[in-house]
Amino acid sequence: MPGDVKISCRNIWKVFGDDPKGFMTAHNGSPSSEALAAEGYIGAVRDVSFDVHAGEILIIMGLSGSGKSTVIRCITRLNDPTTGEIIFDGRDILAANDQEMIELRRHKMGMVFQNFGLLPHRNVLSNVAFPLEVQGIERGQREARAREMIELVGLGGREEYFPRELSGGQQQRVGIARSLAVEPDVWFLDEPFSALDPLIRAEMQDEFIRLQKLLKKTIVFITHDFEEAIKLADRIGIMKDGRLVQLSTPEEMVLNPADEYVTRFTENAPRGRIVSARAIMERAKGKPKKANGAGVPADAKIGEIAEQVLNSSKPVTVVDENGFALGAISRERMASALFARDGL
Amino acid sequence: MTIAVPASDRKDLARHLLRSDSIVAQLLVVIALTIGLALIWDGAGQWPEAWTIPVKQWLSDLFRWLDKEATLGLFTVKELTRTIAWVLKQPLIWSEFLLWKSARVYKYLPIFWIFFACAVGFVVARRRDMKTAILSSLAILAVVTIDGFPFILESLAKALKTEPWVEPAALVGISQVPGYLLADVLGFREVKYVPWIAVVLGFGIFAHWVGGWRLATVVVLCMGYLAVTGLWRESMKTFSLVVVAVPFSAALGLWLGIWVTRSERAAAIITPMFDLMQATPHLAYLVPVVVMFGAGQVPALIATMIFAMPPMARCTILGIQTVPSDVVESGRMSGCTPRQLLWKVQLPASEKTLLLGLNQVIMQTLAMVVICSLVGAQGLGHKLLFSLQQLKLGFATMQGIAIVLMAVVLDRLTQAYANKASTHVHADEQSYLERHGHLIAFFAVLIISTIAVFYLRDVSILSRKYLWVTSKDALELDKVIKAITFEMIDYIKPVRDFITVYMLIPMRNMYQALPWSLVLAVLAIVSHRMGGCKLTAITVSLLFFVIVTIGNWEFATTTFYFVSTAAVICVLIGVPLGLWSARSERVAKVVMLVCDTLQTFPSFIYLLPAIMLFRVGELAIIFAIIPYATVPAIRFTYLGIKRIPPVTIEAARMNGATAWQRLWKVELPVAIPEIMLGVNQTIMMALAMTAITALIGGQDLGQEIYRALPTSDAGRGVMAGLGIASLGIIADRLINSWAVKRKRELGVG
Repeated sequence: MPGDVKISCRNIWKVFGDDPKGFMTAHNGSPSSEALAAEGYIGAVRDVSFDVHAGEILIIMGLSGSGKSTVIRCITRLNDPTTGEIIFDGRDILAANDQEMIELRRHKMGMVFQNFGLLPHRNVLSNVAFPLEVQGIERGQREARAREMIELVGLGGREEYFPRELSGGQQQRVGIARSLAVEPDVWFLDEPFSALDPLIRAEMQDEFIRLQKLLKKTIVFITHDFEEAIKLADRIGIMKDGRLVQLSTPEEMVLNPADEYVTRFTENAPRGRIVSARAIMERAKGKPKKANGAGVPADAKIGEIAEQVLNSSKPVTVVDENGFALGAISRERMASALFARDGL
Repeated sequence: MTIAVPASDRKDLARHLLRSDSIVAQLLVVIALTIGLALIWDGAGQWPEAWTIPVKQWLSDLFRWLDKEATLGLFTVKELTRTIAWVLKQPLIWSEFLLWKSARVYKYLPIFWIFFACAVGFVVARRRDMKTAILSSLAILAVVTIDGFPFILESLAKALKTEPWVEPAALVGISQVPGYLLADVLGFREVKYVPWIAVVLGFGIFAHWVGGWRLATVVVLCMGYLAVTGLWRESMKTFSLVVVAVPFSAALGLWLGIWVTRSERAAAIITPMFDLMQATPHLAYLVPVVVMFGAGQVPALIATMIFAMPPMARCTILGIQTVPSDVVESGRMSGCTPRQLLWKVQLPASEKTLLLGLNQVIMQTLAMVVICSLVGAQGLGHKLLFSLQQLKLGFATMQGIAIVLMAVVLDRLTQAYANKASTHVHADEQSYLERHGHLIAFFAVLIISTIAVFYLRDVSILSRKYLWVTSKDALELDKVIKAITFEMIDYIKPVRDFITVYMLIPMRNMYQALPWSLVLAVLAIVSHRMGGCKLTAITVSLLFFVIVTIGNWEFATTTFYFVSTAAVICVLIGVPLGLWSARSERVAKVVMLVCDTLQTFPSFIYLLPAIMLFRVGELAIIFAIIPYATVPAIRFTYLGIKRIPPVTIEAARMNGATAWQRLWKVELPVAIPEIMLGVNQTIMMALAMTAITALIGGQDLGQEIYRALPTSDAGRGVMAGLGIASLGIIADRLINSWAVKRKRELGVG
């Protein structure tokens, strides 16, 4: 299922201080926490490596100060990492000069910001058309494209409004439209919904899902909200103190949290919507046989099939897409899975 | 008489004083030592003249050398300054033609071509894009300039007093055609300046556009005053300088500000220079400019431009630095080049701050243009100075009011414009008339009045019989004011003399007796306590610099005396007023309105009431400083109290504090750093004003500058100006470092 590797980050370090590069060299490229503290340096991002596959939604989750925003700024080179390697579409973007970086941002990257980052002196139309304007695209063409984008995010009719005349949710829709105007390959979202009210946030998350179904972009999404992460992510990376603690699918993370820290997030996660039948079933012995009668699909989330299993006196069969029985889920098994008891 | 102090307390006191970090003990010891030293050796009291470093002389020599001998290889410095003066004179000539001089049609050609280029640019910008528009405008200007080059060279040659390099008559190109058509074919040989009606209504129309009917009425009434009192021509002379100086200062300030935000090295050099420039009084700018450029309108323009530039630069820096990081990052992620980021993101997003800077530039420009009358700039300031020198108080009042009204108009207009420009409203519901009505109305007024001039001269400028207030009225007013003040002087004089003889003069004598060694030592101890070694190094070396270069320590002590006396009075008036305003919204409204208005007045104006009441002398000087320098004390006190978190106040009330307890135990302690920043501003403004009060006496540094003016003794004037600036910077650093420290301790700001 995962597509080609779109972005590959290798051993990224971002250290703040008087002479970060010299400091890194002095410690052979991987200083310890003690060394950082002793010499008054701050390790915002420490030895982070991961790949982003084409077409996936990768969410980086962490609390404030965990370095998640710095990571996304390293990939876009809004901040240059101190050491490390970032391969974007097969090329090393840390070696790109300013002009090449501008070209990359103009054509390959789109970004949405937490506080929207709209230009206060321009109306909606002109804000959305801005990335096209700086490329030198002629007025009629760029405004036509901007109007399309404004329609797409559901703001048709508000082209002439100025940012301060819009609600927070509407402003972020403008931000989204602007970031999509250049048809970027990779879409970066830096806590796009964190500044919004809970109700609007949920609405915007649904909007985001709708857009992604339509556009199928490669997405790097930053959030501090674990629920948001499991709702939207294909894969989640959790960061703490500049380190990437765990990177996996939401299901894997709920079932096998890497450490105490991750466990604290996953404890209260809505397991019914994350864990699939396949993960909790008792595997059938021997070769899979054609199931007789109805079974539950292996990819179904356990929340969807809970009622069926709990109401059944016998274990319910789990089948794959071709109707072969893969295993079965008993009532007890389902209950302990739902309420996160041990023994799975 | 002895005060009974219990033995144990006495011991405590002694122990406290003996503690090595007790500042009182340190001060007492130092004061005793330095006074003792000064008694034994005069040199510790008055810096010995033989030891004075003759920086003044060096500077004067330097300026003389620059003026007379210095060359830069191909040309002399003199030629360079003449060329600069010539270049600056060109736009000034045009603004003068427009506002108060008539001229032959040919003289208007440059304006015509510039307008033409702008108009073409505007049309192209509408149809195509900005880049093509600018290019086409520049192309037109380039063609015209090359075509008219012989004329430019001829005029430059005239300015430099050399032979023309080319014979202009040989070349008459297309740039001359419109002039030929108008003058030789149609017969319009002379073009008159813009009629006063058009200017007044033009201002009114602009006011209506930016601020509605109320502002328009105020503006038309104020501008109308200039016309009906017969001060129109003088006002326009002043205004023509403002019109040219403002764009230059604003552009220069903008450019420097941008440079500072982009280069750390530039910031390291330019920022302290701005500090120095803002602490240097207006007058000090005039002396070197006069030496290098002579007297008149152009030197006034140069001094004004330099003086009015720093606020624009500061606002640019502030504006660019306070654009939210999200906005800048979104610009970068949109693929902006650094230049696009600056012009399309950073500058427009800091529009409001930039326009505030422009407002300050305009106000400073007007203030400086008025003061430039001292170096022969024509206009309202010149008239006012003349009336003051002759004690024609009626005339002075009329002229003073004219300057004040002009200041009010410019201030209100730019503020309203700043508000309008930075609140963007979508334009789709506005009709054509709503969008372009003001422009159409303005051109209609301009055209109708220009034609009307041919039939009625009074449209152009009011003739004497139509003036509502004539010079005869002014004479009457003169008499009335004189009569009143003569009546009053009977009552005022004893008070004035009493205060002067029994309070001011003893105080002055005390200040003047202060040994320099004592002041230096006390400053060192206080600085060390307030901000550590680094601060001490700065303040002590600045004061030492003043001591060794000034030649006469008494100038400095007299300046101390004026400034500290005035500042104490300002604080005594300002802080209670600020507190009162913070308690009552209604009072605050009135007080803040008064503060706003006082702040827009050019500083020169404050001499007027002082002279009216007290004529000349020390009380008049202090009286002139007070209204000018009280404003920050009021404003910062008000803000300091208002910025206390409401929770803190509520907690105090819930703890059962009475209003007085709340004030003394909660509000004042929390607000004191902010109030001290106000006191700091008060001191800076008092220092600036002492230089201007030199016109009505005093034996201080300001007087030194004033005396240096007519003799063109550049070194003397500059060093006195730097002396005042140094004193200001010392006070500023001391108070600021204390306020910042205290704020940090309180956890506010």
